[in-house]
Amino acid sequence: MNTLNPAVETFETSIADVDRAHVKVDVRNLNFYYGKTHSLKNVSIPIAKNKATALIGPSGCGKSTLLRTLNRMYALYPGQRAEGEIVLDGENVLGPRTDLARLRARVGMVFQKPTPFPMSIYDNVAFGVRLYENLSKADMDARVEESLTRAALWDEVKDKLSAPGLGLSGGQQQRLCVARGVAVRPEVLLLDEPTSALDPISSAKLEETVTQLKNDHTIVIVTHNLGQAARVSDYTGFMYLGELVEFGPTDELFTRPATKRTSDYITGRFG
Amino acid sequence: MSETTLPAAAPAKRRSAPRGALIGQIFEGLCFGAATLLLAALGGIIVSLIVGGWPALSKFGVGFLFSATWNPVTDVYGAAGPIVGTLITAALALVLALPISGGVAFFLTELCPAPLRRPIGTAVELLAGIPSIVYGMWGLFVFAPLFARWIQLPLMSAAKPGSLLETLTTGIPNGSGILPASIILAIMILPFMAATLRELLLTVPAAVRESAYGLGATTAEVVLSVTLPYVRQGAIGAVMLGLGRALGETMAVTFIIGNSHAFPKSLFDSGSTIASTIANEFTEATSPVHTAALISLGLVLFLITFAVLGLARLLLRQQGAKL
Repeated sequence: MNTLNPAVETFETSIADVDRAHVKVDVRNLNFYYGKTHSLKNVSIPIAKNKATALIGPSGCGKSTLLRTLNRMYALYPGQRAEGEIVLDGENVLGPRTDLARLRARVGMVFQKPTPFPMSIYDNVAFGVRLYENLSKADMDARVEESLTRAALWDEVKDKLSAPGLGLSGGQQQRLCVARGVAVRPEVLLLDEPTSALDPISSAKLEETVTQLKNDHTIVIVTHNLGQAARVSDYTGFMYLGELVEFGPTDELFTRPATKRTSDYITGRFG
Repeated sequence: MSETTLPAAAPAKRRSAPRGALIGQIFEGLCFGAATLLLAALGGIIVSLIVGGWPALSKFGVGFLFSATWNPVTDVYGAAGPIVGTLITAALALVLALPISGGVAFFLTELCPAPLRRPIGTAVELLAGIPSIVYGMWGLFVFAPLFARWIQLPLMSAAKPGSLLETLTTGIPNGSGILPASIILAIMILPFMAATLRELLLTVPAAVRESAYGLGATTAEVVLSVTLPYVRQGAIGAVMLGLGRALGETMAVTFIIGNSHAFPKSLFDSGSTIASTIANEFTEATSPVHTAALISLGLVLFLITFAVLGLARLLLRQQGAKL
């Protein structure tokens, strides 16, 4: 591990740009503080529309923190604050006038561990939809089926939609959470290490789901699994100690990393 | 490495430890004794209540439960008045306390600014520790006059003759009676229920709350649709314990309920509960039947509380099956 003092260490960084016309979320000079701890330092990263952007880096590098600023989940906790700009379709979501509930409906999130609500499978999926849309029974049925199908869960649960969501297996629960997330048709979907609690088969299914979701959603996925980042993402950002060290198209970052630190991390020399 | 190079696993060698075994035996014996003692005490109480109350139970039969005549002069006792008083005050107290304690708990877990959480939480717990006699005195000397002046009198004068409101509000406007007693009871069980609910809500995993917020839900939607259902089993338990306390509460109620054995006719009418009747009359009960009637009242209260706990169990089991 590095023995340098992080405070005086300066990184060589390499931030590639993406086609400006296709930027869905533009993070500009973002700083984040947990109380006095400065955990994101001047992070600027463009998130391309209908592409998957992976965030990789060792534990504590700030990738989950970055994810939690994109839907302002941090705002639930006093003492956490963000400075800078996160521009979603031309509007800075860090501004004081942002309607947090609306923002989070537009920017959905799936967590590391499955978090089904204590209700039936059907109601889990319908929960978020009911908050913003008034669908007829038939339309809601269709939406639930569509969402579960997209999360690759429909075939396994179609005969027990009224069974409790908590009764499913871990992998199924996580796909249920993905279905719940896509059911509200968010523009951006944030995935925070979505497969870390899953077995390999469930992980593979979920990755397939993510690949399909890219057609209609902008995806940001935090992962510890470099193979997963390489498989599902179009762009990758490598973070270290709260800074974005390198950002670029995934195939380039993994085959020809521009910085030594990125190279060290993806070849397993540290992390 | 092949398996043959490994030494055969020696049989797990427990040092023959008579000392440990002895301690184990003593420990098991003590635990068993403690549990048995408790069961014996429970059985003993039931038996002594039945034996003590027998003179009254045998004299009045089932009518003891349904007659509202309670007359120490003629030595005729019917428990319907106190039973109904107990059930009504406890139920009203629960109805009043439940939404407020829910509100307190939700405020403390979701909305309260961080620096205030601990002080308010501690205050709620302190409230739960105030002795009931203090609530009773406060109820009689402070609350009752205010209640009579600002609630009872305006309501009574606003009631049209023959209206439902008039039926509900007849009585002497002195601030004591069924509703004031229920309000005092509600104030007493509120902190306990609020503190328990708060503890329960704190056990909901952060990720579950965040998931609900993450779908665009507001605080009210998160609390009512996700976190509360998440802890509903424990919440039912907390409510039932609160109800149990309201049913058995004695001193505070005795102070303010008005202590009349008649069937309460309105919310402001004087009444009595089982516990307040026992507390009021035990020292004055001279005839054996009177004493026995009071003991029988105790038995009835015991059974009611038992039924509440049983109901709680039933509800919990149903909820458990649903989850």
